[in-house]
Amino acid sequence: MTARTAFEKAAADGRAALVGYLPAGFPDVQGGIDALRAMVDAGCDVIEIGLPYSDPVMDGPTIQAAAQQALEGGVRTSDVLRTVEAVAATGTPTLVMTYWNPVVRYGVERFAADLANAGGAGLITPDLTPDSGPEWIAAADQHDLDKVFLVAPSSTDERITMTTAACRGFVYATAVMGVTGARTTTSDLAGPLVARTKAATDLPVGVGLGVSNGAQAAEIARYADGVIVGSAFVRALLDHPGDGDAGLRALTALTEDLAAGVRRA
Amino acid sequence: MSTAPTRFDADERGWFGDPVTGFGGRFMPEALVAALDELTVAWHEAMADPAFVAEFEAILREYAGLPSPLYHAERLSQRLGARILLKREDLNHTGAHKIRNVLGQALLTRRMGKTRVIAETGAGQHGVASATAAAYFGLDCTVYMGSVDTRRQALNVARMNLLGATVVPVDSGSATLKDAINEALRDWVASVDHTAYLFGTAAGPHPFPSMVRDFTRGIGDEARAQCLEQYGVLPDVIAACVGGGSNAIGLFTAFLDDEAVAIYGFEAGGEGFDTGRHASTIHAGDPGVLHGARTYVLQDDDGQTVESHSISAGLDYPGVGPQHAHLAATGRATYLPATDAEAMDAMALLARTEGIIPAIESAHAVAGAVRLAEERPGQTILVNLSGRGDKDMETAMEYFGLNRTEAPR
Repeated sequence: MTARTAFEKAAADGRAALVGYLPAGFPDVQGGIDALRAMVDAGCDVIEIGLPYSDPVMDGPTIQAAAQQALEGGVRTSDVLRTVEAVAATGTPTLVMTYWNPVVRYGVERFAADLANAGGAGLITPDLTPDSGPEWIAAADQHDLDKVFLVAPSSTDERITMTTAACRGFVYATAVMGVTGARTTTSDLAGPLVARTKAATDLPVGVGLGVSNGAQAAEIARYADGVIVGSAFVRALLDHPGDGDAGLRALTALTEDLAAGVRRA
Repeated sequence: MSTAPTRFDADERGWFGDPVTGFGGRFMPEALVAALDELTVAWHEAMADPAFVAEFEAILREYAGLPSPLYHAERLSQRLGARILLKREDLNHTGAHKIRNVLGQALLTRRMGKTRVIAETGAGQHGVASATAAAYFGLDCTVYMGSVDTRRQALNVARMNLLGATVVPVDSGSATLKDAINEALRDWVASVDHTAYLFGTAAGPHPFPSMVRDFTRGIGDEARAQCLEQYGVLPDVIAACVGGGSNAIGLFTAFLDDEAVAIYGFEAGGEGFDTGRHASTIHAGDPGVLHGARTYVLQDDDGQTVESHSISAGLDYPGVGPQHAHLAATGRATYLPATDAEAMDAMALLARTEGIIPAIESAHAVAGAVRLAEERPGQTILVNLSGRGDKDMETAMEYFGLNRTEAPR
């Protein structure tokens, strides 16, 4: 299983792929599984499951709040893998997005093995760059997993070449210089970054950070292979505390809007 | 200032020891890598530039009041049965060793053409030092401070405001030092083109552990020369407190290749191990990645950072500088816990015998010296008195019950 197939399938339909993110264990483990499956049903092509972490330096207030709620609810790394298994069973490529220390603590090789056993497609690593990740690269290659590293507007061409050469699945382009969180306008840094990345690799390039509606998704889908949405999904659930059905309805409506957006470009 | 290498330096990518099983490195978002690379180059160039080094030394001398004296604490020595020498960093401008680091980093910031600095602070000492350096160099300054700490340390918030800095209370996570670092990093990702991050300790991603060490190693360079000049010998043992570890690495570096000198770091033992409320990261933590470096981390079975505890806010950090992790792993230095109670006893002891009120952080090193003197009667023990205790009087009042006219026992 690799996320690349989902990008290729979308490209064959003449559109960008929609990549949706939620942290595991939010609002609780089963609620998270239900939410992620609703996103699959409503049109997400690839799923990213966040591993809640105590010190999420790349996340803005929205995802921080969800991760903290998940941790306070007692979510464990094993629950994250259980969530992967339940979502991957839909056939949709499912990756884990995680800060590095929880993987170190679990054991890099053991994590790779258990992720592969759960049907996971691979890892997205926001605070691990390929030059610091030889242990993960070896384990991922051993277990046939995707390695999704990030490129940023501040990355030199040399680093983009190095990073994309180490990626498998797709390349994650962070569209803004800043943390995660929905923004009212899309970034003018994203287009040039995608162009520089595509000059270095044949892998699909997904753009993330800041997308919250179908119109923004359509705008990014004009030049990127995938549109990555996280905080807006989290917000949809945060806005309906204690009312799971309303949360799922909001999540489904948002997914449908974004899925229409990536088809409109 | 010395830039001489030791046998315990990092490689060019910031690894102390093997680049997988050793400590340090750089575990950071790609968005910050270019800035960290730029900083690494600027730091190397500055350290090799005699004009930069001369200006740094002149500012330390004329503005910060350095070199600090090495003082033979005779009454304390008599009491403990060993020769106790105190490196008086408590006499520095702003009251602690931290002024060395911030003046170095702020001078480098100006050289790099950046106009704004950000910093994290726990108790507020590094925040005050950063605000001071920013005022000195005319830089904008924003300090991130856990909202729990802004309430506990209102006086330091006022100091930073008076110095012209903006203090941003941080409510996320545990709302203490580690969360202030997280928030400063989030700011930096969005502001890195014009902003420098004045990191407050010898931890974090490469080049911070080595760069902060370079700016603080004057402590040990001075102390070593003073000891030889004043007493004609090297100390038998040196001691410092260790939170992130900047004062300790600042003292240790000059002595690392002096094999006859024993090196001790004293971590915050808090209320004791069995209580789980401590900050003894090397002694009780496990290897992991926190704030950009592989080091010892207080963490649970899933790698979630565990909250640390110490009566001294400056040692209350669940990680530690990676070079200390390396010195511990190689056996070159020994790290032991000193509890809240031992530190407070040492604070009172130093106040009564020498008329010096140490910072509670530094009192952990004094507490260590009390123990070392028992094991090493008659030996020369050099202690880094890294800061003064004015900021800690509220804690001392509460701990000792000082609102009365006679001295407590």
